[in-house]
Amino acid sequence: MTFLYAAYAATWVIHIVYLGTVLSRYTKVRKEFDELKRKKI
Amino acid sequence: MKRVFPILAILTAVLLSYAMYQGLVVAPTEKTMGDVQRIFYYHVPSAWTAFLLFAINFVASVIYLFRRNPKLDAVALVSAEVGVVFCTVVLVTGPLWARPVWGIWWTWDIRLTSTLVLWLIYVSYLMLRRFSTSGQTPVLAAALAIFGALDVPLVYFSIWYFRTQHPQPVIGGGGSIDPRMLHVLLINWLAFMCFAALVFWSRYRAEMLQREVEEMQSLEALLEPRGAL
Repeated sequence: MTFLYAAYAATWVIHIVYLGTVLSRYTKVRKEFDELKRKKI
Repeated sequence: MKRVFPILAILTAVLLSYAMYQGLVVAPTEKTMGDVQRIFYYHVPSAWTAFLLFAINFVASVIYLFRRNPKLDAVALVSAEVGVVFCTVVLVTGPLWARPVWGIWWTWDIRLTSTLVLWLIYVSYLMLRRFSTSGQTPVLAAALAIFGALDVPLVYFSIWYFRTQHPQPVIGGGGSIDPRMLHVLLINWLAFMCFAALVFWSRYRAEMLQREVEEMQSLEALLEPRGAL
């Protein structure tokens, strides 16, 4: 059972870490984009 | 689209929870391996999803070489990145399943080795995308992606044509599977496909926005008045 739970947990850790990096990257780029747009105006 | 995304995210979360429940509770226990065989419901769908993403990367790369459309380049990049994540899951869950069943974490047989090589090829693809500053990077990456894709059928068919420690394929191969297990397997695959589509979508939006920002920054640099010398 330990190996089963470890595999399921590892899967979700990998996905959540990646999803976190995607979302933080998106937030950072969105901020840059809004700033550039504001400058343009 | 802004309203659709959260709804799809919630539906995917529900589907993933249902699929996990099916995998851990509803699916029958395998006679020889016992409960550890339930890793199968994460391991196999992750592998199929990774293969599909690498196939998307291959198609987008081939078309990119002919049309040079930046959107196709972004699709190729994102599919490779999400594919590597799913392939990482395969390479982590595999040894966690192998240890209690085979008594070893890893063996250098054709299936496992070719999967590791596949992962390394796409990691090097991502490294090339990340660190190369050449204007030809998308073309070089597209060429590398075509070579990388050649490893996908090798991974898939390796257990058909070579003697290997890895079990036979459950669909279309020499292996067989209980219909209830197959049902749970397909539910999990559907759930992971929906999840992969959502991640792909988010990452694609971030990538396109990043490119737009870079374009705006270079335009701004061009228009900025030069300082007095």
